[in-house]
Amino acid sequence: MTAKTAGGIWVVAEQVAGRINTVSYELLSKACALKKQLKSPEPVVAVVLGKAVEEIEQLGRFGAEEIITVFAPALEIYQNDTYALVLQDLITARDPSLVLMGATAIGQDLAPVLGARLKTGVAAHCVDVRINEDNYLVAVVPAFGGKVLGDILCPNTRPQMATLKPGVLGKPTTVSEPSFIITNYDPSCSLQKDQGRIKALEVVRQEQTGMPLEEAEVIVIGGWGIGSQENWTLLEELASLLGGAVGCTRPVVDEQWVKSEQQMIGTSGKSVRPKVYLGFALSGATHHVCGMKDSGLVISVNKDAAAPIFAVSDLRIVGDAKTFLTALIKRIKGK
Amino acid sequence: MSLNIAVCIKPVPDPDYYDKITIHPVKKTITREGIPTIINPVDKNALEAALQVKEQFGGKVSVITMAPPNAEENLREMLAMGADEAYLLTDRAFAGADTLATSYTLAQGLKKAGPFDLIFTGTESADGATSQVPAQLAEWLDVTHLWNVQEFMVEDRALKAKMGMENGYINYFLQMPALLAVKRSINKPRYTSVMGVMKAKKKPLTLFTAADLELNPELLGLQGSPTKAGAVFTPSMARKGQELTGETEEIVEQLIQVLRGAGLNLETLNVNEAGRE
Repeated sequence: MTAKTAGGIWVVAEQVAGRINTVSYELLSKACALKKQLKSPEPVVAVVLGKAVEEIEQLGRFGAEEIITVFAPALEIYQNDTYALVLQDLITARDPSLVLMGATAIGQDLAPVLGARLKTGVAAHCVDVRINEDNYLVAVVPAFGGKVLGDILCPNTRPQMATLKPGVLGKPTTVSEPSFIITNYDPSCSLQKDQGRIKALEVVRQEQTGMPLEEAEVIVIGGWGIGSQENWTLLEELASLLGGAVGCTRPVVDEQWVKSEQQMIGTSGKSVRPKVYLGFALSGATHHVCGMKDSGLVISVNKDAAAPIFAVSDLRIVGDAKTFLTALIKRIKGK
Repeated sequence: MSLNIAVCIKPVPDPDYYDKITIHPVKKTITREGIPTIINPVDKNALEAALQVKEQFGGKVSVITMAPPNAEENLREMLAMGADEAYLLTDRAFAGADTLATSYTLAQGLKKAGPFDLIFTGTESADGATSQVPAQLAEWLDVTHLWNVQEFMVEDRALKAKMGMENGYINYFLQMPALLAVKRSINKPRYTSVMGVMKAKKKPLTLFTAADLELNPELLGLQGSPTKAGAVFTPSMARKGQELTGETEEIVEQLIQVLRGAGLNLETLNVNEAGRE
């Protein structure tokens, strides 16, 4: 290990199959903002564990001043026990003030393990973080499906940790003049302690069908009121006509009208911010609203004039979803 | 192979009523008056997973919760669904716990009631949804774990399991004892039969207070919680909203104008669509 710096704002950059997850860049942008809020600035550091990871310099372009690479064959695929051993040693040695991770499947599993081992607090699936007047991290955490937001602090232990939901921080920005060093950390001492209780066998990637929700400018969303798999295809047709993506609420996942729960929008699903949100036959349960509230224009169709979704919509259409879907498709097709 | 299995559950305010939750204007505390308490939905999937393992390999299924005394009702419901026995950890000293202190208390309860070969939990609770208790519980128990489990298979004294990821899954091999935090999609929880309800009344339900467990008071409740709660607020997500009215075709026409105004190039899409035909 080279230059030992005091403190630091750390981002644990996540990789799957050697590719860095975009949430890592979102976290680095936020880390740069936190640096400015601290009484005395601390370096922004990205840590990446894996076997070989592509384009680690990207981490520098999004604000990392130091990139700590921890590469070993045993770290190729995420294993909670092994990753925690390495990060625990690294954090203990370098003593960062803050550690941020994505609230992804990996981050939501790894962060609490580290919290338990380091006996420190982890604020879970935050929607924002800031530094307060006492120089502490304040994490804004949703509860009750997002109906309530609460500030969480971790004033007595270090590091202060938080996981942040992908997408909630908005698009990350690159820094104008990236300047970073790359430090290679040898994890062999940490890995010797591995008891081999868990072993990752393989990563299986499932190809997404259609446009990813995160990239779509228009999202057509349906709820339980769509009523059937057959009606659901109308939503898919409209989304395709508009060049957008299809999203859904929890009951639709339960009904299995969608192939993957990756299409679910809400506190336990995706947080989206499309230019246009077109919602059909969904009630607007709190946990869904929390995942779509940052959308640009919100248009909702529901036959129940008292549906809660209308309170968070820019345009309300009281009527039958299938009727409007059919009419809108027909109009766009020009027939 | 007979397995000793535990299932951790949490009573939560019914998620269907979360829009009714308010913050007291003066005390600034969360008001959840009149909202029924139910078993955290995914915890039933955890029990279902446990019951299926028991049916295949034999053994015993215990449910455990750290909650106020009235959680006995929720535990009885789990006994009616098929669990063999239940443990309720309840004491004022446990109150105010964050995930680290909660998982510590649960771990001490499980040590007293166990040891267990397999521990099941849901991935997250509907109310706090931190999803941190399963991993931290495994840490306190010093057993291996997997979170977000979408499928698993018991093989001898080990498991093969899939952890759900954003775009796929990772396959793992785990040694027992192990903790699995399961996803809702893993199974469909069985219905409770009338016979189940009858039997549940006679099944053992043990109450543990702080005095019954081996505990370090510094790790309990508020004191044992490294995270501290600050201000709470209800974000305003309201939009003023305008209703589009008229015949279906008129509304559709207004919508088209709005979509154009939002920058969607419907003409191009239209041409493309026509060109395909």
